[in-house]
Amino acid sequence: MIVAKNIHKSFGDKEVLKGIDFVFEKSKTNLIIGRSGAGKTVLLKALVGLIALTKGEVWYDDINFYNLTIKEVRKLRNKVGMLFQGNALFDSMSIEANVKFPLDMFTDMSEKEKLKQVNSVLDRVELEGVNNKYPSEISGGMQKRVGIARAIVMEPEYLFCDEPNSGLDPKTALIIDDLIKDITDEKEMTTIINTHDMNSVMEIGENILLLDQGKVVWTGDKDKIIKSNNKFIDDFIFASPFLKNMKNKAFGLDNK
Amino acid sequence: MIKRQFYHLGEYVLWLRKVFSKPEKFMMYYKETIRQIEEIGLGSLKIVFIISVFIGAVTAVQLSYQFGDSLIPTYYIGYALREMEIVELAPTITSLVLAGKIGSSIAAEIGGMRQKEIIDAMEIMGVNTQAYLVLPKIVAAMFSIPMLIILAAALSIFSGFLAAVTFGDFIPSDFIKGLTSFYDSYTVIIMIIKSFFFSFIIVTVSAYHGYFVKGGSIELGKSGTKAVVYSDIFILVFDYLIAQLMMG
Repeated sequence: MIVAKNIHKSFGDKEVLKGIDFVFEKSKTNLIIGRSGAGKTVLLKALVGLIALTKGEVWYDDINFYNLTIKEVRKLRNKVGMLFQGNALFDSMSIEANVKFPLDMFTDMSEKEKLKQVNSVLDRVELEGVNNKYPSEISGGMQKRVGIARAIVMEPEYLFCDEPNSGLDPKTALIIDDLIKDITDEKEMTTIINTHDMNSVMEIGENILLLDQGKVVWTGDKDKIIKSNNKFIDDFIFASPFLKNMKNKAFGLDNK
Repeated sequence: MIKRQFYHLGEYVLWLRKVFSKPEKFMMYYKETIRQIEEIGLGSLKIVFIISVFIGAVTAVQLSYQFGDSLIPTYYIGYALREMEIVELAPTITSLVLAGKIGSSIAAEIGGMRQKEIIDAMEIMGVNTQAYLVLPKIVAAMFSIPMLIILAAALSIFSGFLAAVTFGDFIPSDFIKGLTSFYDSYTVIIMIIKSFFFSFIIVTVSAYHGYFVKGGSIELGKSGTKAVVYSDIFILVFDYLIAQLMMG
């Protein structure tokens, strides 16, 4: 579980996050959604410590993240995995070396054990026979899977995903969503996903935080979001007239 | 302007403290150091060879022209060439050229990793990115560049000799007499001390500019330019300081 308490973040005079309070639950896919510029990425990076907070606290279970020393932060980060929007793979390393990198750096496992672990996570993300390929030799969807494999190779307790579906076709995006959801369930991780893909919201939105202009405007899950009468959600989720009509027809509402 | 330069100087010093942290895993740093020795050392052999040969030849030709009609004994040209190459030209010119080759490459490599969020990814894994990305480069440069500079000095003296005896009116024995006259090993020590300082400057100044790059491809290009310009400035400043301290 990760708890955000009264998080504020300013860049100069501009306040980007204005007092965020939220509980990101364990074994659930927690989604941060909102329009472009709402503060989603800043919130995600603040939670993981890539951006320092102006005010507030972030708790990883019973650990206050911003009270830790640099050494303690690095230790905690061995329990954290992150999938980046652009995958952040090492271009000059093979897929196997990319996934093995955290094991090489932080474990005393033998080479055989490391390879076993790498192959196990590559199998889990349904990537086989790509060990010796380079990131530039595989598709965008496959690169995402490699990113996920690298994020989970150390068996983290917390998984962060920044726009995991960006640049993917709808079908591949759904596969990636399902993969993240399944892994979250299997490993009982606290997973936090930053997205504006509405398919993801409907598919894996177990605990959703809707941001607008740095403030929390709505929280709930995918079932609640569909039935919500909140005008802001309606305008955001059912943005097109087509989707609005579909929702109104489905719930027998006036077609306004 | 001056305030900003002091800000960068302070940030550079604080950043260097993180660079010299205890490695997470010695073997990973060792492997990276070997890779960097190959990149920095072997990768620069060709350019060092070319510039050394030409600088030695040009220096010999110009010294011959300057001393040609004077009363100075001709063997002094060999002596002057040796002193110039060892004390100044080999360490400084080679380092200025290497700042262009290695410095821009380091700034682009680390800056590219920053822009592609690879540095963030490593931070999330718990890696001390300052140490892992920079320390092996410092060790590799401080191992390779002094050797390249010694090679540059030897090559330029040899090419100067060839140019002087092939195209000038020199008897090889005269030139060799100059080369071996008044030899003081202190000048070689100065050359090696300079090469250590310059290696450190090239890597750290360039890596600093890459590490803190912000923005897109234009900024990445600018960081490469800044890496080379500031490395060159620091090399020249330290060249003067070392000369002043050791020979003044």
